[in-house]
Amino acid sequence: MISDSREPFDVLVVGGGPAGIAAAVRAAETGARVGIVDENFAPGGQIWRSRPSEQEHTKEASKWRTRLNASGVTVLCGKRVFHQPQPGVLLAEGLDDLRELSYRTLILATGARERFLPFPGWTLPNVTGAGGLQAMVKSGLPIRGKRVVVAGTGPLLLAVAAYLRKQGAEIPLICEQASWSRLTRFGRFLMQHPQKIAQGLLLKKGLRGIPFEANSWPVAAHGETHLEAVTISHGGQCGAIKCDYLACGFHLVPNTELAVLLGCRTAGGYVQVNEFQQTTMESIFCAGEPTGIGGVELALTEGQIAGLAAVDRNSEARTLFRAREKHRRFARMLDETFCLRPELKSLASPQTLVCRCEDVPYSRLQEHTSWRAAKLHTRCGMGPCQGRICGPATQFLFKWSPDSVRPPVFPARVENLAALPVPEQPIAEVTGGLQ
Amino acid sequence: MGKAAYDVVIVGAGIVGAACADAFAERGMRVVVVDRDVVGSGATAAGMGHIVVMDDSDAQFALTHYSQRLWQELRPDLPDDVEYEQAGTIWVAADEEEMAEVERKRDYYAKRGVGAEILDADQLKQAEPNLRAGLVGGLLVPEDGVLYPPCAARFLMNRAQQRGAKLKLGAAVTQISEGRVRLSDGQEVAGEIVVNAAGSNAAELTPGIEIKKRKGHLVITDRYPGFLRHQLVELGYLKSAHSVAQDSVAFNVQPRRTGQILIGSSRQYGAEHKEVDQIMLTNMLRRAQEYMPELGSMSAVRVWTGFRAATPDKLPLIGPCPGHTSVFLATGHEGLGITTSLGTARILLSQIMGSKPEIPVAPYLPSRTVKEYAHA
Amino acid sequence: MPDEVVVTVNGSQVAVPAGATVAVAMMMAGKPCRTSVTGEPRGPLCGMGICFECRAMVNGVPHSRSCQILCESGMDVKTND
Repeated sequence: MISDSREPFDVLVVGGGPAGIAAAVRAAETGARVGIVDENFAPGGQIWRSRPSEQEHTKEASKWRTRLNASGVTVLCGKRVFHQPQPGVLLAEGLDDLRELSYRTLILATGARERFLPFPGWTLPNVTGAGGLQAMVKSGLPIRGKRVVVAGTGPLLLAVAAYLRKQGAEIPLICEQASWSRLTRFGRFLMQHPQKIAQGLLLKKGLRGIPFEANSWPVAAHGETHLEAVTISHGGQCGAIKCDYLACGFHLVPNTELAVLLGCRTAGGYVQVNEFQQTTMESIFCAGEPTGIGGVELALTEGQIAGLAAVDRNSEARTLFRAREKHRRFARMLDETFCLRPELKSLASPQTLVCRCEDVPYSRLQEHTSWRAAKLHTRCGMGPCQGRICGPATQFLFKWSPDSVRPPVFPARVENLAALPVPEQPIAEVTGGLQ
Repeated sequence: MGKAAYDVVIVGAGIVGAACADAFAERGMRVVVVDRDVVGSGATAAGMGHIVVMDDSDAQFALTHYSQRLWQELRPDLPDDVEYEQAGTIWVAADEEEMAEVERKRDYYAKRGVGAEILDADQLKQAEPNLRAGLVGGLLVPEDGVLYPPCAARFLMNRAQQRGAKLKLGAAVTQISEGRVRLSDGQEVAGEIVVNAAGSNAAELTPGIEIKKRKGHLVITDRYPGFLRHQLVELGYLKSAHSVAQDSVAFNVQPRRTGQILIGSSRQYGAEHKEVDQIMLTNMLRRAQEYMPELGSMSAVRVWTGFRAATPDKLPLIGPCPGHTSVFLATGHEGLGITTSLGTARILLSQIMGSKPEIPVAPYLPSRTVKEYAHA
Repeated sequence: MPDEVVVTVNGSQVAVPAGATVAVAMMMAGKPCRTSVTGEPRGPLCGMGICFECRAMVNGVPHSRSCQILCESGMDVKTND
């Protein structure tokens, strides 16, 4: 095991997306010793993920990247935090190593993941998340000339469609499950924000000519060994579209597992923080999507507040409060606009798998009255994804509340679970037989 | 038939409570099972699910052997999700002293009709290629098995319900008295007889019985089919001072039908919180890697803890509860609850019915401990 | 740095853009990353390392999350059964 420092980090940031980068930069610029740990190949998280061949960034992303590079932050990529064996120490696993990371103050910027809902055929290869397919293309997947149906809900669909189209994909349709009235209200809201208008116009340009339907969702994906077509419901009518990929995600859910493991309280599924982004654990802050899905501007603002507060620059942090409040209004608007309609609960047939790790079909889950009972008796949620895919789905389908979180928060190698970053304890007594 | 709503109220829908409900309902008794959580959610959910014969004492052997036969009889009725596999057990000897124990065990089992085969170092390597080199041999007990306990408990509970038993879940029992139990919402459930099958919490309901919590840790890996074929247990305890009151770990791994490897085991005294203890986990996994080095690079998907119900003499409490006239105990099964659940139900039933039990019940009677109280 | 990297997927050679992940290589080869517990072919879903559908056998190591592994010349990749 590699210990990354003789000295603990003053501030350790978990997650190298916009919130994490902003937090680390602001803290480091005050002279603190700061580290970022992220499991991807390079910082940027999901929204600022770069292609291997090109460096495509928005101006904002480039600005922050430059600042990060100049800030002296220690960036540890390709390492995934899975456990806190003792207070002030995190363990992170790489492909072939283990890191012990000590800190005085922690900032959790663990981002969000897509919500997946089951429908017949959703387990076919080439049915992917919306952000998921974008990430794959950025990881080298050729998409030129391929037909991609984009479906689900959320502003991510538009961003993904525009991006894929720019890479040469053909987009027969974007299916958004929200209603036109909600979308129109959202559009009007965006018009009040200059930044959003500019983004919106760019997006509109990128989406020119791509059919967009509201009140629309996938009903079934078809194919033998991989996706060949998808049936879409729109206004009560169904139609099949031949396609190579179905990029389908139903908005985002926050990655709160590490926060919960460390004892932070949550409310409504999000990490509770005070005005300085401090959680209910004194030395732990949280910024970005885990405190509320709100997009990149909110993440950057919250990240900066957390970074400054973590090094006791509270008055500087305060100067960002107003911007945060503005961005939080956007977050609330997102919640309202893209909430899931009840028809989506009926997409799964009895045989449709809900837990993909353990292949548990809808019919087997129906008999249970709680997540806990379902988990125990069907093993739904006991697979390697630890309920990250099926959990949000069953929450929506059955109103089940999730379990408590135990280490490891991600699967980790057995040898790494056995890491003990304290002076060697004598091996405990060995005792007899089966216990 | 009495005036109470039920003939038997069983507290606890774990494997023992479910087995009792099934056996009693089969006899036509009016049964209700009460549990504060879901079926099979206590130690039943946390344990390894092995079906083994054990010979720490003649009484332990009698009960485990009897129960194992009952499981084998039940096997054809078990649904697929119970995942019953007759994987067998190999007791692993690391040196000559442990090998002598292998011989003793074999003789013990042979005299009592339990199939057991001694393996030398080569045969051990053949049987389990992923054990480290340098082990001396082992004892293969082919009739031992493994299953998935929550589904086994559910099967027994479902069958009990088909036979007329009632089930009240989400109902915490706060008090057991003669002829009734009180729930946390104030409701009472009346029965001619009450059975305390509340596992590691049993002493809260019938104070004075000697049940202590023995915490254990387990780790389960992703699927590695073919890596492990038998349950493996070490005989290393012979080396230690074998104090009953010390925290300890032992090498104990089990293949699940899914191909996942279950890694144990640990035992702690006086630890009441359910959080993972890093020191125990570390020691347990290091011990396991000593016997099977390749475990180290496997992906561990989950870690959890559980509480066994332990008694001072390592035998369960099955029979009338001292100090009561109509309360019975079916608890204290420590690490053998799954195995002995079926036997427990039968011998408890025979005591209630006044019929002849299939094995002598004296060693398991709760009243055996009363003598100790007298001395105290 | 070369523009392309050649890896083997289920016995056949596949040329992928430099910097591509193993998951992408399997998608380009049209092969599933893994077979589910009931025998279904599966490919990457989330693209960000949390769904575990992209687990493949990479250079003999099972359960490798292929979306988090960069292709290297000569890598041997197989569908994880």
